[in-house]
Amino acid sequence: MMTTASKRVDPHSGRWPVGQLASHAIACARRWLSIALLGLTAAAYPLASSAGVLPEDRADVLYHRYDGGGVTIHGPSVLVRKTMAEKYSASANYYMDMVTSASIDVEVSGASEYKEERNQYSLGFDYLRGKTTYSLGYTNSDENDYQASTTSFGISQDLFGDLTTISMGFSKGDDTVRRTIADPNDAERRIVDPGFKQDVDRWSYRVGVSQILTRNMILGLQLEVITDEGYLNNPYRSFRYVDPDDDLRFRLATEIYPHTRTSNAAGVNARYFLPWRAAAFGGYRYFTDTWGIDAGTFELGYMHPLKGTRWTFEASIRHYNQDHADFYADIFDRVDQQNFMGRDKELSTFVSNTFHVAATYEFVPSGWRFIKKGTLNLSYDRMQFDYDDYRDARYSLLPTDDPNFRAAGTEQFYSFGANVIQAFISVWF
Amino acid sequence: MHSPKLPPRMLTLLRATALAATLAVSSLVGASSALAPSFTLPSRSGAAVSLDELKGQVVMLNFWASWCGPCRQEMPLLDQMHKRYSALGFTMIGVNVEANTQDAEKWLAQTPVTFPVLFDKDNKVSKLYDVNAMPSTVFIDRKGNVRYLHRGYKPGDESEYLNQIRALLKE
Amino acid sequence: MNEGCRQSSRDPFLATAYWLQPRVCARVAALVAMFALSACGNIEPWVKPYERQNLADPVMSFDLNPISSSYMDHVYEAREGARGALGGAGGGCGCN
Repeated sequence: MMTTASKRVDPHSGRWPVGQLASHAIACARRWLSIALLGLTAAAYPLASSAGVLPEDRADVLYHRYDGGGVTIHGPSVLVRKTMAEKYSASANYYMDMVTSASIDVEVSGASEYKEERNQYSLGFDYLRGKTTYSLGYTNSDENDYQASTTSFGISQDLFGDLTTISMGFSKGDDTVRRTIADPNDAERRIVDPGFKQDVDRWSYRVGVSQILTRNMILGLQLEVITDEGYLNNPYRSFRYVDPDDDLRFRLATEIYPHTRTSNAAGVNARYFLPWRAAAFGGYRYFTDTWGIDAGTFELGYMHPLKGTRWTFEASIRHYNQDHADFYADIFDRVDQQNFMGRDKELSTFVSNTFHVAATYEFVPSGWRFIKKGTLNLSYDRMQFDYDDYRDARYSLLPTDDPNFRAAGTEQFYSFGANVIQAFISVWF
Repeated sequence: MHSPKLPPRMLTLLRATALAATLAVSSLVGASSALAPSFTLPSRSGAAVSLDELKGQVVMLNFWASWCGPCRQEMPLLDQMHKRYSALGFTMIGVNVEANTQDAEKWLAQTPVTFPVLFDKDNKVSKLYDVNAMPSTVFIDRKGNVRYLHRGYKPGDESEYLNQIRALLKE
Repeated sequence: MNEGCRQSSRDPFLATAYWLQPRVCARVAALVAMFALSACGNIEPWVKPYERQNLADPVMSFDLNPISSSYMDHVYEAREGARGALGGAGGGCGCN
């Protein structure tokens, strides 16, 4: 929740101490921003439309597959959108992740490979009135040890002869965190721990401006503030500290995270129409949060419809770099070294680079019965993650006489690559 | 006998509301009475068509483009209007605003219309008529005055169009 | 302490505390925003609606396939610390 100044102002004093004034003004600014945005939220699903025209009716069926770092996640995703009475647009999405994970975290903690399934449902509703689109969205994600639900509102408005679109959104999320433990009656099975249940609350406020700059160029700016509160760590994940009995080894302890996190992100992206009918696009996003993470994302891409054919090709690169969280360390000296300790590689210092290619084939260019347009799409992403302060702890788990053994805290830094494939069919009706 | 006097604030509010409503309505459907600027544009057959030739008829000028969804949606309805009233001294004129006429020709091959379509490749006429919405529809009476202006198209607007055509034909 | 007496001797509108209250702040901010936006209403669009052919082309869409972009956003958010400020809406044909 947006924290207001904790100091109360003495109403009987004629002046305000400057410090209190400043902190109250900041709290006020944040409060008015949140009030201004309250009642406006974007759908949980990204809105891909200008405010004056509703998105087209379409249905998409996608198969996604991620392979990397010992983890395989694959599954379907189905999305349907329908406009009614030229004013209302409804969308529904079903998404599933089937997870098989023997990631480095799993291996280091001594656990065995696990399988899991996550189901997600989303509903969105848009109402167009003149130049304004009002949106409502709801998403629910369910797996045996984590339930998340998010409700969002959004408003989008065309201005200045439709050259500018301003959008604002608010989302509220409620998560329930559980954990699985070995079944006391059957060591082979895992059950949900009835004695463990934690909550996470999330508030997200976002503002965006989309601006047509020239006949051939459009620019987008986004700002988003997200606040989390509650049980923010992972009940299965541990930090490690030097084993007091053997400083070549380490021991594990359940990570301890702060109860709140507020993050700020600002992004800019642009798209340019090239004269031979192609598009060049790029963007940059800056991220910072109260955990001390600073990150930058940079993307550049090119889309090219092949003239005279039904093919369109796309290629892009993405570079991401991140600075570690304040309470993150690959290895701590003692189990009680700090109030907050974590070893999630997601919070470490690392660089990730992705290369993306995609091909689209339009298979019914003149339509077929009720189908106006249809495309077959295939895309491939190659991701590479290189960590600068997350070490491959498996090397210190080896026997000391193994030539590959490394003492805890001196192992080589971890890195992994991943392949992501998407295959989907889209029909417009 | 005195009629109850409205409190001054209420009166001001009513006046302001009435003015705002009038402005809002007139901005959506601009009603005016100014001479329609003259122009000459090439038609699909190649022959040049001039607005002056059409004096004496009710002219409905529709600015459209093949890349504009609502424009495409409107075209079959405009064709119906042209077929229905052309014998009574009415003509629909489509003004295509695309720089590349091939796209328009391709679309018209799939969705043919019977009314004349003129090509405003250099956007001279669009500027002349201060087109600031797509599509834009201008109603010109028999004397050559611009009488109504419609910005944009939403399903249901065509009944408004028919009313205005009939009103202008009666004059 | 006669607190009621002391408070009534100060004009509440002059106290900074009054203006920084959330409800007052929000209203003032809304008014300022309204004036700012209304002043901008006289800017002439420099790209006319009939010049938006390229912008209406599907290749210029910021998010051509939402089913795919939302999946990739999820893939990154699950593995990176950063989140938010993604996606852009707008552009297109500007019709209606």
